[in-house]
Amino acid sequence: MSFSFRFDPVELPPEAKELRQEVRTFLREEIDAGTFSPDGGKGSFSREFSRRVGAKGWIGMTWPKKYGGHERSHLERYVVTEEMLAARAPTRAHSTADRQSGPVILRYGQEEIRQKILPQIARGELCFCIGLSEPNSGSDVFAASTRATKTDGGWLVNGRKIWTSGAHHADYMIALLRTSPPTKENRRHGLTQFLVHMKTPGITIRPIINLTGSHDFNEVVFDDAFLPDSHLIGEVDMAWKQATDELAYERSGPDRWIETFPALVELVRLAGEQPSERLAEGIGREVAHLATLRRMSLSVAGMLQAGKTPAVEAAVVKDLGTNFEQALPDKVRLLAPQIGDSQPDSNDDRFEEALRYATLIAPKLTIQGGTREVLRGIIARGLGLR
Amino acid sequence: MGGNGAMADNTDNIIVDTATRIFQDLCEPNTVNEAEQGVWPKALWHALEESGLTLTWVPDELGGAGAALADGFAVLRAAGRFAAPVPLAETLMAGWLLTQAGISVPGGPLTIAPIHADGRIALTADGALSGRARRVPFARNAGHIAVLARRGDETVVALVAATGLPISQATSLAGEPRDDVSFDGAVPMAVRPGPINQDLLVSFGAAVRLQQMAGALEKILEQSVQYALDRSQFGRPIAKFQAVQHNLAMLAGEVAAASAAADAAAEACASPDIAIGEIAIAKVRGGEAAGTGAAIAHQVHGAMGFTYEHSLHHATRRLWSWREEFGNEAVWAARLGRMVVERGADELWPFITAGS
Repeated sequence: MSFSFRFDPVELPPEAKELRQEVRTFLREEIDAGTFSPDGGKGSFSREFSRRVGAKGWIGMTWPKKYGGHERSHLERYVVTEEMLAARAPTRAHSTADRQSGPVILRYGQEEIRQKILPQIARGELCFCIGLSEPNSGSDVFAASTRATKTDGGWLVNGRKIWTSGAHHADYMIALLRTSPPTKENRRHGLTQFLVHMKTPGITIRPIINLTGSHDFNEVVFDDAFLPDSHLIGEVDMAWKQATDELAYERSGPDRWIETFPALVELVRLAGEQPSERLAEGIGREVAHLATLRRMSLSVAGMLQAGKTPAVEAAVVKDLGTNFEQALPDKVRLLAPQIGDSQPDSNDDRFEEALRYATLIAPKLTIQGGTREVLRGIIARGLGLR
Repeated sequence: MGGNGAMADNTDNIIVDTATRIFQDLCEPNTVNEAEQGVWPKALWHALEESGLTLTWVPDELGGAGAALADGFAVLRAAGRFAAPVPLAETLMAGWLLTQAGISVPGGPLTIAPIHADGRIALTADGALSGRARRVPFARNAGHIAVLARRGDETVVALVAATGLPISQATSLAGEPRDDVSFDGAVPMAVRPGPINQDLLVSFGAAVRLQQMAGALEKILEQSVQYALDRSQFGRPIAKFQAVQHNLAMLAGEVAAASAAADAAAEACASPDIAIGEIAIAKVRGGEAAGTGAAIAHQVHGAMGFTYEHSLHHATRRLWSWREEFGNEAVWAARLGRMVVERGADELWPFITAGS
């Protein structure tokens, strides 16, 4: 018996390679037009940018055409995603819907909702957030207690979600809500996924400022918020069955190893053409990690393309990837030539800015979307240990 | 799913199946221990030779099996899994090197020299070799040595009979032969110019060791998971402790990364000039995984894994030895770092995505 997880090599098809050049050209034009700056200085959210990405056909790329998708491969989608992220393009207005919410609606949503919502997502017109965490339900996601109670023609929701990234921008949320108590046999029983329009009366969004000083996550309070029956996603009480593949989509993408990459880019800029042996070696080590992670992440995209549900493999990539991106700023910090008074150089400013950002966001990288501890538990289960 | 054919699919590959069966039958833990005491594993080698596996990379017209590069790499991964204490990797490399120069490949165990980046063997005007190669793997067991030598400005491949060469025996920390060989005055049986220089030979060697390392890492993951399930403490299998589970999850991650790195290096060898950047990336990451992975496997096995009696050290000592050969992590990382800074900051991302 083999316990090793396989990450078979993937070679991108020619159309994906052409697409990469197309995306790079598009991003250069956007930068030149002042839409965003590659150092992340203009924020990560732009509805206008997302609409232009949608117009290019780069949202919902793998979905059926009848829902506004483009029936392209997961590998092509992967290329678009990694190019956007590497360039620090402002994708936040569409990335959650493209990666996670859209696929859930496509797979489990009601036909009426699919026809209404998916084409809008693909056009880059809808922003989604994810309503999972609650004050007493973080890593223990199936402990959620925000209730959806059946009423005439729909459901009434009461409770609160927390740490909801981008809720203040979002048009919709996909929320995990309690519809029945857990059973003795299955503590994951009794939760149901719903589509929630964020303008529904009874929903209040309160900002939670994070340690970088930014407003990203929120508390979302539900007070008798009404959801129509059509917004039920999948089977009542059975959301636990639907969660696994969603996580495979969420956990293996480039966003799980590329977040602090700009700090490495700026270190290379600072290094100049004649780096010390120590600096060259340090850069080489990080590049080796990055390139190998990308290879594994691409391999997972290949598994998705082959119709598999690589939930454990995705957890492996996310665990390795987030540990790498979290450790990177510290490695970079100690490799960099110290800034002194003798070398006024604008590269120093770029470097400092990238390092500062990377250092500040580092703690969240092994928490969001499944903590390190949760991921290692999933991998351990995959190894047959639990 | 894609794949450019550089990697063999282990699940339905007759060559790999054959190799695995031979290792299962004839490469037991005791075989490995005896080899360390100097007992040549005759039956194992004989079976490998009989099946044609030792000539995997030699084309039909030069007397070999003519299999794909990918098949040979997959066989070496299996050999690494079983800690096969024979110069299979070295014989394959020698066959590959001789083939590059169009020299017919003799039977029997082979090895290559020199194995270091600064290797300096010269072919003098009188047709004899001069120079010494250090830490040549399995030199004492080899019938012939494929030597990369300088003849004036060109690099040539020379086939040398090992009999009579002054060999000073030493061992790697895995207990495998790593001998110093003097080539002074040796007259090769054949000399041909070839496209391979010392840099490419070392790169190819790195790819070979990466396969063996990937195999050894797969083995210690398997052993560690099994041990954690079997061993009870505090009234339950240690596999039930979260700290142990998380260590094993980390080990699985390192094994997966090393495996992906080995695949990348194998692919890099499929291109005529060997993609050096890919080799560098792979040897750095694979070497790190070897160290981290071996440490976790030992931690899980406790004192039992630190005994000579337990076979864990067959893999872990080889990992510590192999990561050092054909350029360790520091050497390749520095080279990779210089490649990156030469291209400049804005070319870093295109460099990373260049392979695909």
